[in-house]
Amino acid sequence: MQILLARWEFAVVTVFHFFFVPLTIGLGFLVALMQTLAYRKQDAGWERLTRFYGRLFLINIAVGVVTGITLEFQFGLNWSAYSIFVGNIFGAPLAIEALLAFFMESTFIGLWIFGRSKLSPRLHLATIWLVSLGTMLSALFILAANAWMQHPVGYKVAGGQAVLTDFWAVLANPLLWGSFAHTIFAALATAGLLVLGTSAWRAHQAGASAEDRGAFWRSSRLAAAFSLVSTLLVAVSGDLQARLMDVYQPMKMAAAEALYRTAKGASFSLLTIGDLSQKPIFQVRVPHLLSLLADLSWSGTVQGIDNLQAADVARYGKGSYVPVVPLTYWSFRVMVGAGILMLVVAAWGTWAARRQGQGRLGGASQRWFARAALWAMALPLVANTFGWIFTEAGRQPWAVWGLMLTAKGPSSLTLADVALTLAGFVAVYTALGVVDAWLMVRYARQPLSGDGQQEAGEVAGLVY
Amino acid sequence: MPTFANLGTTWFALIGLLWAGYLFLEGFDFGVSVMRPLVSRDETDTRLCLNVIGPVWDGNEVWVLTAGGATFAAFPLWYARLFNGFYLALFLALVFLIARGVSFEFRGKVAAPAWRRTWDGANFLGSLVAAVVWGVAFTDLAHGLPLGPGGRYQGGLPGLLHPVAVLGGVATLALVSLHGLVFLSLKTTGDLAERARRLSLPVGVAAAALLAGVVAWVATAGRPAVGGQLPGAVPLGLGAAGVAAVATAAVLARSGRDKAAFGATGLAVLAAMGAVWSRMFPAVFPASNRATNGLTIAAAASQHNTLVVMTVVAACFVPFVLAYQGWTYWVFRQRLSRPPAAAPGPSTGARP
Ligand code: HDD
Ligand code: HEM
Ligand code: HEM
Repeated sequence: MQILLARWEFAVVTVFHFFFVPLTIGLGFLVALMQTLAYRKQDAGWERLTRFYGRLFLINIAVGVVTGITLEFQFGLNWSAYSIFVGNIFGAPLAIEALLAFFMESTFIGLWIFGRSKLSPRLHLATIWLVSLGTMLSALFILAANAWMQHPVGYKVAGGQAVLTDFWAVLANPLLWGSFAHTIFAALATAGLLVLGTSAWRAHQAGASAEDRGAFWRSSRLAAAFSLVSTLLVAVSGDLQARLMDVYQPMKMAAAEALYRTAKGASFSLLTIGDLSQKPIFQVRVPHLLSLLADLSWSGTVQGIDNLQAADVARYGKGSYVPVVPLTYWSFRVMVGAGILMLVVAAWGTWAARRQGQGRLGGASQRWFARAALWAMALPLVANTFGWIFTEAGRQPWAVWGLMLTAKGPSSLTLADVALTLAGFVAVYTALGVVDAWLMVRYARQPLSGDGQQEAGEVAGLVY
Repeated sequence: MPTFANLGTTWFALIGLLWAGYLFLEGFDFGVSVMRPLVSRDETDTRLCLNVIGPVWDGNEVWVLTAGGATFAAFPLWYARLFNGFYLALFLALVFLIARGVSFEFRGKVAAPAWRRTWDGANFLGSLVAAVVWGVAFTDLAHGLPLGPGGRYQGGLPGLLHPVAVLGGVATLALVSLHGLVFLSLKTTGDLAERARRLSLPVGVAAAALLAGVVAWVATAGRPAVGGQLPGAVPLGLGAAGVAAVATAAVLARSGRDKAAFGATGLAVLAAMGAVWSRMFPAVFPASNRATNGLTIAAAASQHNTLVVMTVVAACFVPFVLAYQGWTYWVFRQRLSRPPAAAPGPSTGARP
């Protein structure tokens, strides 16, 4: 029971953190890009867009930062047996992340916010790029820690602890680089669709000034192309991950497909209605696709759950080594499905931007696109969440694949303690989420400001 | 294995430095936030207080994240036992740090007075509770807690609130309040700075008295001896130096010598942390009931390889971090003053 609550707590605090993380990484990059355009072209339109999206970025990052603090201590709070076992290896990337990435992010974000009137435009531009670099470094190191849990390398077990033997192996973990690429591209796509959705909506709004409209068309053109490319790269890197998974985590792959019996030339299940393990009522399958995905061959063998379970029992002893199949099966499909829809919207946006550029986009068509793009902003959030749920739930019952079971990881606490903190985090995070969403919407509605109105405050150094 | 033991001790000291850096830097952030209701007369004053720490508070907070990460990497067992044991206390600190962290960004986003009061409250309470919790925790560490075998603490939150720990929490609050007042005097001009200077004397006297009480209490409480511990005079001396520095700072601040006063409160924070760390050594989680139940550096430290990696990374990158953080303070070195009366009131939106 305690472990169940501890797992819920971890899931709640990480999933919540990861609503904000991809937006921070992606928007940081896009805002830096916009500011570069403004700087290079001395362009007031891009300058105003930089400020507009910069504000959204800052509202978002505030919550990203504070929810990250919780995570830094979450391992010791709820997973202290786990921490003792992995600390030698897992702790190092976490500490390095703080030193290399968090300091960079948070110091330069302060300089970016407050330094506009104190730094030269060039230096001010450099600060936002350093923030962006910081966010990506932070992703790299935290994913190094996570990849080690998925596929431990560079260690030996001694005295009840995993001990580091080769730090380079930890950084060279193939799963790390697959997951880093996928996560970063996903983050870029997430921000791309946010900018696309807000820009398209603002560009076609009835009350908007011609100036705002023009600027928002420009940003929607940029965002559409940006989203298209990054979503394609998400799909490519995801495919790479699937192949790595087939090698290193075959059980996760089988669970993702609800493939119980080993198959040659395995088909890919698109959709299933009914029980996944018995005879389903209805399903759609694409012949040979799974074998293609997993090892790039028409009739390659994909291992089934039953075989893998038997092999695991022989290797690790009695017990079930099968994750919750419906959760992995469906979360994978939700992620990929959302990705396909994202691709459609981004392609549509690119086409619409072209037509608009040629002055051939009708009002009705504009409206339809704006409406679709607005809703499409939710898709990457859904895909990100289910992507992580898939990755983490598919790792179960292991906390560290093949080395430590999740059941062995918790702290020694009373049930009441864990319940209290779980309830506390849910309450605080719900409130935070509501306030943050409300502020985002409020600021997304504001007109693009001229640069005059806040200068007085900034000159005196008053920004907050 | 002499090198092994040495790196363990090195990292024990470095983690102490990280905490000291945290309390030094975030200490004045906390102090400014806690003292704001007392020194601020209007909306502009309040904004001045927030803007004094606005550019730097987030970078300052990363010191605690680094301390946490370094503890995890260099002393997994310590990280595990400490945060498992301090469970509810740490949860409390986190929740209040969260509320405080978002208050900076959220406060100015809506002009309604009720909204601003809410986030001002979060900023104040968040800083106050966090400072008290850190103070309680460090006093508990210096004093020692009743531990089970292997450094397991199971006394829950009530067990942490031993009277000396509560006194330590209040003393910490007073110390950071003084540190914050001195920082405000250093970074602002006019009436606001003057009010901060005036308040420094009573707050400083209180801080010195409270701190002296904690030092005396912990020094006389005694603790089951651990092999290799430092003579009691070391922590006592450092503690006394801290008390003296606080008293000096209060006087310097009152007489308007802002820079010297800030140096003195800074020294006080460092001396206080030094006292805690030297009192703990060679334990990382000392026991008040039976020495062998405590967790020592040697028992908790990671293996050699991890410590080597960490040492190399720290040696390569800490200088950069210090350089750019230092540069930030230089960029924002100017004192903030009230905008001329004619200037338009505080704007709500339009920022970068
Ligand atoms: C793929 C990216 C990614 C992932 C998987 C995580 N984070 Fe995160 N984290 C970030 C990417 C990020 C970021 C983009 O760098 C953030 C978001 C907002 C921000 O300012 O930085 C951040 C902020 C952030 C902070 C605050 C830093 C500051 O004050 O500037 C902490 C302490 C953590 N994270 C810790 C964690 C831990 C312990 C995680 C593992 C469970 C974790 N994060 C998962
Ligand atoms: C921010 C992105 C992440 C999300 C959204 C996420 C999501 C989840 C979810 C949903 C669970 C619960 C799985 C279950 O109990 O069935 C979980 C468990 C866990 N994850 Fe992740 N995760 C993320 C990143 C990470 C990272 C980067 C690490 C390691 C550094 C990590 C380590 C863990 C641990 C220790 C648990 C708890 C033990 C367990 O249930 O296995 N997670 N995570
Ligand atoms: C379109 C085709 C996609 C494919 C083939 C794909 C494939 C994968 C695979 C195989 C994993 C699991 C990796 C592991 O467990 O080791 C994964 C994880 C993940 N996916 Fe996707 N994905 C796709 C789309 C997306 C989209 C559109 C997003 C979000 C915008 C997304 C976000 C994530 C995230 C955040 C994770 C967890 C982090 C990680 O392990 O990298 N994915 N994806």
